[in-house]
Amino acid sequence: MNRRDFCKKAMVAAGGVLIPLAALEVFNPKRLRAERDGKGKVRWVFLVDIHKCVGCGFCVKACKVENEVPYDANVTRTWVERYVVTKDGQTLIDSPKGARDGFTSQKIDQAAMGLKEVKPENIAKAFFVPKLCNQCENPACVQVCPVGATYQTEEGVVLVDRTWCIGCGYCVMGCPYGVRFFHPVYHVAEKCTFCYHRLCKGMKTACVDACPFGARLVGNIRDPEDPVTKIITSEQVNVLKEEFGTKPQVFYLGLSREVK
Amino acid sequence: MVHGEAWTLKEFFVYPNEYIYWSIQIVMYPYMTGLVAGAFVLSSLYHVFGVKQLKEIARFALVFSLALLPVAMMPLMLHLQQPQRGIYVMMTPHFTSAIAAFGIVFTTYSMIVLSEIWFVYREFIVQTILELRAKSRLSTIESAQLILYRILAMGAMDISPEALHKDVRAVSIMAGIGIPVACFLHGYAGFIFGSVKANALWMTPLMPVIFICSAVVSGIALCMATYIVTMEIRKLIYAWKRKNDPRLPSNDELKSAEIQTVTMTAKYLLMFMVLAITLELLDLIFRNYTAVKSWDILRSVIYEKDFFKIFVLQYGFGNVLPFVMFMIPGLTIRRALVGSLLVLMGVFMMRWNVVIGGQAFSASFSGFMEYHLPIWPSTVELFKEGLFGALAVIITPFVLFFLVTRILPVFGIKDSH
Amino acid sequence: MKNHVWRPLFIVLAIVGAILVARTVLVPNDFGIYERGYMYGWHRKSNEAEWKAFKVKYKTAKGCVECHKVEYNAIMNSGHASISCENCHGPSYDHPNDPIGLNIDRSRSLCIRCHSYMPYKGNVRGKIPGIDPEKHYTQAQCVMCHIPHNPKPMNQKQEVKS
Repeated sequence: MNRRDFCKKAMVAAGGVLIPLAALEVFNPKRLRAERDGKGKVRWVFLVDIHKCVGCGFCVKACKVENEVPYDANVTRTWVERYVVTKDGQTLIDSPKGARDGFTSQKIDQAAMGLKEVKPENIAKAFFVPKLCNQCENPACVQVCPVGATYQTEEGVVLVDRTWCIGCGYCVMGCPYGVRFFHPVYHVAEKCTFCYHRLCKGMKTACVDACPFGARLVGNIRDPEDPVTKIITSEQVNVLKEEFGTKPQVFYLGLSREVK
Repeated sequence: MVHGEAWTLKEFFVYPNEYIYWSIQIVMYPYMTGLVAGAFVLSSLYHVFGVKQLKEIARFALVFSLALLPVAMMPLMLHLQQPQRGIYVMMTPHFTSAIAAFGIVFTTYSMIVLSEIWFVYREFIVQTILELRAKSRLSTIESAQLILYRILAMGAMDISPEALHKDVRAVSIMAGIGIPVACFLHGYAGFIFGSVKANALWMTPLMPVIFICSAVVSGIALCMATYIVTMEIRKLIYAWKRKNDPRLPSNDELKSAEIQTVTMTAKYLLMFMVLAITLELLDLIFRNYTAVKSWDILRSVIYEKDFFKIFVLQYGFGNVLPFVMFMIPGLTIRRALVGSLLVLMGVFMMRWNVVIGGQAFSASFSGFMEYHLPIWPSTVELFKEGLFGALAVIITPFVLFFLVTRILPVFGIKDSH
Repeated sequence: MKNHVWRPLFIVLAIVGAILVARTVLVPNDFGIYERGYMYGWHRKSNEAEWKAFKVKYKTAKGCVECHKVEYNAIMNSGHASISCENCHGPSYDHPNDPIGLNIDRSRSLCIRCHSYMPYKGNVRGKIPGIDPEKHYTQAQCVMCHIPHNPKPMNQKQEVKS
């Protein structure tokens, strides 16, 4: 063959070789049909008993220390909200520093709108609601990650790969529960991990261990003997924002309609 | 301060981790890609649909589209917390995320624009090479130019009528393929917002279409405004130069911004404006009518907090006023310029009202967040996500346009057009 | 290559090829689709092990009783029985090796987490005996009168008397 034909053929061959098989990995149908329903032995779920929470904030403090979230930064992997419902139908909500220092004032923190005083005789009901990542079965945050930095493990825990996150913030915007934030030191997305490093060692999460009132429990929904599983399956529990279709796995006892 | 804390003012109850994470650069990004897409569509109206009156502005729009392309990347690089990892979007794209489309769409679109420009300018490039080669002695600049143009020619030196005809056909094909890609380039940006179910303001299937229509509007308006200004600057420059050299062309010989070109462009601008405003109003009316759970807080944001930005700036000055200005018969160059600048402002406000407006309320529906654009860049973060960062993004396309036109001029050249 | 029209296409193919080559260099080998499928399981597998290896700080009160029997028994027979030692004394890390001693937090801010009185009837918080932190002995530390390991009112009066 002449030079021209040789060059043409060489380019085609080189082009073909240049597409490494790894690039075709994405389109392997078998991998794509991976078992969604999960036949694993472990699926971590959480139980919050709103009747028991007093807003002491020990959970928030323990979480910050255990998970190395800078103590003074105004972000937190878990927090507690206070709801004060007045007799004239107002619902006042606050979470000063995420309840890192507990709730020490009766005045309700309305951020830039100041502190709101409510007379005790005007309070119809008041309660505290701990919140954390719901480790959803259909996590909207994972769906929107453009690079595959955030993902869900087989046990249902959603994690962030700190070496791969580009910091676009799409997952932060995509979470309906406001659970995600940017880590002030690592500058990547950050969220509650159900203390994955403790769970896999047979320990409980830091917040569960810290709670003196038993308002927080963590368990394995695939184990029918797990006390948490027993409560979830037999008692009247609820979840947050079910209408989003995320299938959250943090269950609440005593979830009142005012809870946002 | 955590990211977002410096420019977010919270009111009532906002979740502890909620801040305005997507700030001015995320407003700039769809604005710039919208200008890119719009400029390209304008150029294609001539190259594909043969609207002859748009011939002059078509070349202009195409080159501007090229100048805008790298600028589309800028807001993202300034916004990302890890900009050096931006390339991961192309390395491990997660196609369930709209942002992952960016890598493919942007690359495809750049290839199309670059190819189309090559075909449009190939005759000019070859002729310039021949002219330079014909000279006996070349200055340093001219030698550099010769090397540059030889690289750009890529060895395709045939400028026979058949070859030029092939170029014209190739341009039409590129422009034809480019229109849907340009729509995709901006439609996916609309999808990024429209698919976020967690955000009550963003979540609507209309979002991609609204974004595309307003993108085309902004692109046409930008090209019209820049074209008019550039034409007038040319006249001024030549008037000044003519003092020293009376042989240079006079104002009449220099084609000034032809009113026919501008009028025809304005017609297309109006069409897309009507489409864009119809969709936006449709969205608002539906929300008002259905009044779902999020309507209480959205009503506070739309009709109270952001009333001025939405109804006065965006709809009023940015839509209704330019609409009237373009509709009044006897369109003058000056009126067209003011009208297109108002349209550009209106489209910018639309991006602002969507991006910032969508973060003006908490996901708890029980609180608000006010955005305070950082003015003075006292830290790197306040530069990147503040006024000066936005200004850098606005100025760069004009700088790039100036530089590109030193190599690929937009006026007074013969090309396969 | 008589037809010059194809030249830009070759450049495009070269660029695409370059991206795919870059991929083999930049993307870790274990990046792929795992148990949760492409939508939820697209990641670098070794990151899971990295998270599992994260350092544990809190070891729970079970480890404290071995050496601190007196305090442990005192608190277990008091109203503060359910409070984990580490809540007030901080995480044990590798105590007693590192750190040798844990912090004893004597500040007011620790106690008023629960004992700043909130008049919430129907909630456990309303049942916890408390004070108004802005009015009750504002200059003093709580522990000057109240013993945290055994906070019965009797202890308080005894302290004050002595």
